[in-house]
Amino acid sequence: MHIARLFATALFPLATVAFATPAAFAQQAPKIPDARVDAVVKAAFPTAPADWESRLTQDATMKECSAHHNAPPKALAETIQKREKAAIEYPADGKFMGDWKKGEALAQSGYGLRFSDYPARRANGGNCYACHQLTRKEVSFGTLGPSLLDYGKLRGFKEADVKLAYEKIYDSHSAFPCSNMPRFGKNKILTIEQITDAVALLMSPESPVNTGK
Amino acid sequence: MRTRSILRAAFCAVIVSASAAIAQDTDTEKGIEKYRQMLKEDPWSNPGLLDADRGETLWRTAGGPRKASLETCDLGKGPGKVDGAFAEMPRYFADADRVMDVETRILWCMEKIQGLNAADLVKKPYPGGGRPVGDLGAIATYVASKSSGMKYSAKFALAKEKDAVALGETLFFRRSGPFDFSCSTCHAASGLRIRLQGLPFLADSKEAKEVVGEWPAYRVSNAHVMTMQHRVYDCYWQMRMPEARLGSEATVALISYLTKVASGGEIAAPGLKR
Repeated sequence: MHIARLFATALFPLATVAFATPAAFAQQAPKIPDARVDAVVKAAFPTAPADWESRLTQDATMKECSAHHNAPPKALAETIQKREKAAIEYPADGKFMGDWKKGEALAQSGYGLRFSDYPARRANGGNCYACHQLTRKEVSFGTLGPSLLDYGKLRGFKEADVKLAYEKIYDSHSAFPCSNMPRFGKNKILTIEQITDAVALLMSPESPVNTGK
Repeated sequence: MRTRSILRAAFCAVIVSASAAIAQDTDTEKGIEKYRQMLKEDPWSNPGLLDADRGETLWRTAGGPRKASLETCDLGKGPGKVDGAFAEMPRYFADADRVMDVETRILWCMEKIQGLNAADLVKKPYPGGGRPVGDLGAIATYVASKSSGMKYSAKFALAKEKDAVALGETLFFRRSGPFDFSCSTCHAASGLRIRLQGLPFLADSKEAKEVVGEWPAYRVSNAHVMTMQHRVYDCYWQMRMPEARLGSEATVALISYLTKVASGGEIAAPGLKR
């Protein structure tokens, strides 16, 4: 009797909560198995060319970041960071700084890799301005990423930061696991040479990012 | 008469600024806001209403190999009942044994009632810039407009409906493609922009309520009505994914998720977007 009453009082508020907050049903639903999600995605894009199959699937980093809504627990974050850092390829001549003018041009260009961008009519862009403020002159910049104004200046143009900038652009997860930023080098969006041009835009003392012009 | 010519002038101004450089996006947005304001004073001036009218005619006119109209199509509230049907979609349909959004349901009716080939209808379902929305999209615009002013009230109570919402939520956060993008890359926080374009926080009920109910919408920069399936397709294009199939389980699930988050929000379709 006593136990039954205990159960009743314990269950009642639970039931009330369940009915009062239907919005939580989506979160409470059992996790959809990965294999089913993958099959649903495959079926959603039936006209994907054979060499686009890889766009439908996820590598380990994508899987882990998706599962944790881009906020991985510490240990997993370290695993991701280590794995992505190990995948970075460096310029053969060891020079991380290219041409900032070319960097500015690719920062402006959002061209490339959409299904309407084939056959390719020009080199892929980095579209940096879509998400970052870079120069004072360009007022049309996005805010998905942090402002990179005075990027090199704020770091005293240090050699170590030149290399770090290269690594961040090549594979953002090597610095910020589950970053929203594309892995421009690892995913072959930009060439190594283009990445060094973007590095120059950030780190060259002559770049408008640092001159304030 | 005078109001009409002012409206026309404002609308041209909007078109001109929309096709101008991206740096003028803020001005464009202001122009559209002004136009939206005028629309409130004269709600009949949204160009998308022409498509809703066309959709109504298509709904009522016999067509397809079976020379049948869609007036026996059951949008969830009984055959031929259009008023308020969109407000309760997406929903589970026993005859198709799946959850369907408005476009997927109309597509189903076009196949089952009119005898049209659904596989053909989804091959190139969306218009290029400046071209009017297709028949299916026009019918969807008509159906949505008949719930305008109502609140989203899809129940998502059945197991398959809950499953669609959960699947949509999973897809919303699923990263893939060469850019590692997911819907959440752009739509999982408040107050962010791409260039100067503001991005709604679609995983948030307050912001989703403000924008989801505006689709289908007349999109000024494309100069045509864009439906919700088209909008999702357009996001996947930008995400560097292949062409998302109209009526696929994935797009229906995403629309279910967005509608669930926007639950209680007012429907103002067809809306007017940048």
